Amino acid sequence: MGEFKVHRVRFFNYVPSGIRCVAYNNQSNRLAVSRTDGTVEIYNLSANYFQEKFFPGHESRATEALCWAEGQRLFSAGLNGEILEYDLQALNIKYALDAFGGPIWSMTASPSGSQLVVGCEDGSVKLFEVTPEKIQFSRNFDRQKSRILSLSWHPAGTHIAAGSIDYISVFDVKSGSIIRKMVLDRQHLGVTKSRCIVWGVAFLSDGTVISVDSVGKVQLWDSATGTLVKSHLIANADVQSIAVADQEDSFVVGTAEGTVFHFQLVSVTSNSSEKQWVRTKPFQHHTHDVRTVAHSPTALISGGTDTHLVIRPLMEKVEVKNYDAALRKITFPHRRLISCSKRRQLLLFQFAHHLELWRLGSTLATGKNGDTLPLSKNADHLLHLKTKGPENIICSCVSQCGSWIAYSTASRFFLYRLKYEHDNISLQRVSKMPAFLRSALHILFSEDSTKLFVASNQGSLHIIHLLEGSFKHLHTFQPPSGTVEAMCLLAVSPDGNWLAASGTSAGVHVYDLNHLKLHCTVPAYNFPVTALAIAPNTNNLVIAHSDQQVFEFSIPDKQYTEWSRNVQKQGFHQLWLQRDTPITHISFHPKRPMHILLHDAYMFCIIDKSLPLPNDKTVLYNPLPPKNESDVFLRRTAHAFKISKIYKPLLFMDLLDERTLVAVERPLDDIIAQLPPPIKKKKFGT
Amino acid sequence: MPWAVGQPKMAALEEEFTLSTGVLGAGPDGFLGVEQSDKADQFLVTDSGRTVVLYKVSDQKPLGSWSVKQGQTITCPAVCNFQTGEYIVVHDHKVLRIWNNEDVNLDKVFKATLSAEVHRIHSVQKTEPLVLFRRGAVRGLEALLAEPQQTIEAVIPDEEVIKWSEFFMVFKQPVLIFITEKHGDYFAYVQLCKSHSLSKYTLLLGKEEKCVKPNFTARVDGKFISLVSLSSDGCIYETLIPIYSSDTEKNHRLIRALMLKAVVSDAARNGTALTILDQDHVAVLGPPLPASKECLSVWNIKFQTLQTSKELPQGTSGQLWYHGEILFMLHGKCLTVIPYKCEVSSLAGALGKLKHTQESDTHSMPHFVDWETCSGYDLGSYSAEQSRTLRRKKSETNLQAEVPGSKQLLSIIKNDSEKHIEVELRKFLAKSTPDFHTVIGDVVAGLLGRCKAEPSFYPRNCLTQLIQTHVLSYSLCPGLMEIALEHTDVQMLQLCLQQFPDIPESTTCACLKLFLSIGDDCLQDININMESVFDYSDTIQDEKKEIKEQTEIVQNGFSPEDNSCSKDDQQLSKKPGDAAKETISFPVTSCPVAPKRAALLNAVLHSAYSEAFLLPHLKDIPAKHITLFLQYLYFLYLKCSGNATMTLPGISPPTLSQIMDWICLLLDANFTVVLMIPEAKRLLLNLYKFVKSQISVYSELNKIEVSFRELQKLNQDKSGRGLYSIEVLELF
Repeated sequence: MGEFKVHRVRFFNYVPSGIRCVAYNNQSNRLAVSRTDGTVEIYNLSANYFQEKFFPGHESRATEALCWAEGQRLFSAGLNGEILEYDLQALNIKYALDAFGGPIWSMTASPSGSQLVVGCEDGSVKLFEVTPEKIQFSRNFDRQKSRILSLSWHPAGTHIAAGSIDYISVFDVKSGSIIRKMVLDRQHLGVTKSRCIVWGVAFLSDGTVISVDSVGKVQLWDSATGTLVKSHLIANADVQSIAVADQEDSFVVGTAEGTVFHFQLVSVTSNSSEKQWVRTKPFQHHTHDVRTVAHSPTALISGGTDTHLVIRPLMEKVEVKNYDAALRKITFPHRRLISCSKRRQLLLFQFAHHLELWRLGSTLATGKNGDTLPLSKNADHLLHLKTKGPENIICSCVSQCGSWIAYSTASRFFLYRLKYEHDNISLQRVSKMPAFLRSALHILFSEDSTKLFVASNQGSLHIIHLLEGSFKHLHTFQPPSGTVEAMCLLAVSPDGNWLAASGTSAGVHVYDLNHLKLHCTVPAYNFPVTALAIAPNTNNLVIAHSDQQVFEFSIPDKQYTEWSRNVQKQGFHQLWLQRDTPITHISFHPKRPMHILLHDAYMFCIIDKSLPLPNDKTVLYNPLPPKNESDVFLRRTAHAFKISKIYKPLLFMDLLDERTLVAVERPLDDIIAQLPPPIKKKKFGT
Repeated sequence: MPWAVGQPKMAALEEEFTLSTGVLGAGPDGFLGVEQSDKADQFLVTDSGRTVVLYKVSDQKPLGSWSVKQGQTITCPAVCNFQTGEYIVVHDHKVLRIWNNEDVNLDKVFKATLSAEVHRIHSVQKTEPLVLFRRGAVRGLEALLAEPQQTIEAVIPDEEVIKWSEFFMVFKQPVLIFITEKHGDYFAYVQLCKSHSLSKYTLLLGKEEKCVKPNFTARVDGKFISLVSLSSDGCIYETLIPIYSSDTEKNHRLIRALMLKAVVSDAARNGTALTILDQDHVAVLGPPLPASKECLSVWNIKFQTLQTSKELPQGTSGQLWYHGEILFMLHGKCLTVIPYKCEVSSLAGALGKLKHTQESDTHSMPHFVDWETCSGYDLGSYSAEQSRTLRRKKSETNLQAEVPGSKQLLSIIKNDSEKHIEVELRKFLAKSTPDFHTVIGDVVAGLLGRCKAEPSFYPRNCLTQLIQTHVLSYSLCPGLMEIALEHTDVQMLQLCLQQFPDIPESTTCACLKLFLSIGDDCLQDININMESVFDYSDTIQDEKKEIKEQTEIVQNGFSPEDNSCSKDDQQLSKKPGDAAKETISFPVTSCPVAPKRAALLNAVLHSAYSEAFLLPHLKDIPAKHITLFLQYLYFLYLKCSGNATMTLPGISPPTLSQIMDWICLLLDANFTVVLMIPEAKRLLLNLYKFVKSQISVYSELNKIEVSFRELQKLNQDKSGRGLYSIEVLELF
């Protein structure tokens, strides 16, 4: 398989934003996640928890609430006082509507999904009707003294519980008047706190209101009488979030200490009908505040300041105890934030509000497996490019020759020309971008850097011809009639003849760039595409899906290759299918046409198509170095998958030349080091 | 029983029903009495006129009825002689009649005319009836019948009138107590029938009560009779009367203590009565509020709470009888029967410490707690299918099993010899039976019932076999451990402690007391499971060495000299070398108890408990035993801390936390006592030093935690090869 020099890069100083809200949609089994920088991500829980869509963040849009309404429409509200609706097809924001109540702290949709209610800084609770196209303000409820931090509808849609500071109010939806007020105790272990913030409320159909507060309590109230029924003191710090299962037989709360508690409605004694809420399971998967929790029918979902999205399946709800029942911890985005210029050995890092361009170092030494070579030249930080405006960067790319950099935000597209003179570098922005190039979901330069391909969010693909310092619009492929689905992945063949594009659900389209027409469409597959690449010479399109399947499709023949059919016939190795991060990048060896290089966050693999495929009985991954010559020979010829797990978490890996690889790692410890310190817990003594 | 104090219980009155009283002439004063017969479900009811009726309560019908001739009146309620099964009644104060079920006419049955007037006849199980005469003399029935016309002496002064009397068996000794009244003063007499000793006590009552008749009831509480009275102010008072008085001559005065306040509103009115139900509960008959109707209420004395009550709108005669978990009263014109249930519900399982389970590796535990299956939630089709097949199997076996199996066994238990029962039981256990749990429960209940009835009957082997089925728990057979305690059967108690998950703290403590007090000679011939005790004889040679190492370990991380010890501590601690020597000279260098006793104590250490419930009972253990137990625990602790894993050798030894918990508990419960004992001083000092060292170690650890973290960071930086490197990778 060969020996490589690996540029092991750990200076990509990427820190994901903390998770602020999660909202689970039962109909589509999708999870919406909003982060503190305003980014909203959509995870498809049926497709191996793949992050299939995302909406870029915005500096002024701190999302405080996220909810699904009217089936599968997604709304968010935040501290800028606006309610936003997201277009899940075109992947942009449909509209923003000011609620005129100051910052919005909470929002929830009615059980039927036809109404939205928001809680504002000024103490107002506002009801909106969801119309087919928009939302419309309906009326205000009785104004409260202080901000409304949490809201919950009664499952019948007749009442709303609102958590405020020091008290919970219950509103009658019909009249909009407050019918009950429940005052919380500010005492915590004998110490009276200055106030008790109700971080979350949940209204059950029997009239019980569950509240979680800053004093560390989970309390059950009878909304009919306004009395406290039961109080569980579960934390020394705030309890910040609550979510109830649809069946109302279990709920989950998250605390500022990073603990998630599961409560279940359990019979007092066996075969008695009397039931009570019992704290059953504590989970400590977070180090920091658990800002939000969700309860899907089969799993507890939590997220918070430590940026991990944790999906903890409930074992008793899982029918088959297979790998799907394992805990998932999603930390890194399922898309590439790094692009690479092979010719100049450059790496372009994409951050929320800036780009960094680095030049890799070099060495003259050689060594054997596992050696660290002395550097003759260290890596250089060439460029720090800050964006203009409050919007986050959606995507970016550096051309193979290193002379072009392009990036896009939600409303603007930027193209830069770079010039290298000895050690100096000059940057020039290409001005007067055409109006249709407003926002891009994916940007790609052709191998010879003469063409720029842009996937815009309306489903169209633009081809631009790059000249020295200027450009020319060549063509736009319009989406197939009737669809508005955005394309988010592109791949171009090294000879520049073919362009492959994939959306979030439909198949992969292959365009003929010489004749500027659609060449063919790869048959649609059930699971979304996570990575695409076209091999040199053969023009085979390699597609990785979120269920860990890899297909090879011959573009000239318009059919799957023989190898791909064989793979499908025999099936992948069990352990290959059980990996829980998607393949985010595929590349090829220029001299070895039988090799496919691919990686996910925890492994890097070279598939040698000439070798037999592994079956479930063979060892897929053998981390120990071979002991003797015959062992080396045996392993080399054993099976097609050569896997290395040395580099992790691996955000990017590519082949710079025949013998050189670049691997970008982002150790979790480095991320944790940049987070605010967690609540300190005593390790010793009581 | 003194050890059965304070287990949490739920008292409840069940649905009432009435017995037809057609034949009974209930006068304005109600009945003369309701007494138990020799059959569990049958009761003798004597009316105030001429009739005695035998009722079978479960059938709600009379089985027999007997009347004296017109002109005669029954003056004392009929009782059953449990030894013969005959019934005894007295009419016209002096005429004794004895008959049995077959007799029809009372006129024709055995008759004895006595020389003095009878106040009452008392009869309890396992002994002959006693006859109490008006003037306070007491005779056994047999002695009386042998010579009916014997002279009966006058025991009490002329003006005193017997108001109430009760008869107990205290440690197989019959004891009679009666209360007399003279001009509003009340006196209590305690008669020990075997030794013929009589003690007289003056009851000091409140002034206002002199005019009214208080209600009395009593029970035996250890060496005392607890006399409980309901006085006219509506409060319940308790007076403790010693059973064995040191000197019988003196006239003792007894002070009463308030037990419950204002349970009835107006005790002066007729229609109040009370009876003790068990050690924690009393039943009170009377109106709770001045205007309200009469009520039967059950009070918990311990928690001072009303447990349950029942309104009796038609009024009562102010009489209340309690026999075999059934309350009798006259409600209106009807004899009303209210079954009373008080089930023990051990909280240990719910909120106490769980029993330390060492055998978790033998049982395959599920990896997660499945609450859904616990609550009977049907999970998917798979489990439904499974339970269906299970049900089918169950019903099949039900069809196959010979129904008489268990019933036969139960009847064998009732009548046959111990040997035979054992053989049958073994046969029964060998075959698998449906409803195994319930049948085993019935079998144990049967055995225990017979044990209670026949003191000589104690089927040790059977009970051991049954316990070893692993299906029994304390709540299934609450009497078992009591009986074992009575027989000082430590082997059985050890087995129970090991097997039962729900032993009440009081019983655990009673076992502990027994284990500590039982003589070594008794233990010698008893075969005790020793697996929790490691072989002390081996270790005794290495003792000195170990102790030395041990003290070093304790002092690791701190030095007593560095700590600013208080003066007396310094005096006592002297030099570290001295301290080590002293530790050696301290008796805990060798095990302070014999291995067999150690095995028994380990069983107690392993048992589940809740501190709140255990503490009060620990206070009752004598100081000598407390010291011994503490020494043993300290010895175990030293042994534990002698090795790196902080465990003891052996199969299921007590864990360090169990040992520490028990030391804390014992000290909490008996701190003042332990302080006073000179032998315990050294022990306390050692413990004090240990705690002090722990505190200082922890505070030091807290201080250097930050440094640890920095070190860790430095270490990480070293291992992380910087932000950029070029490495060689060869893929195979």
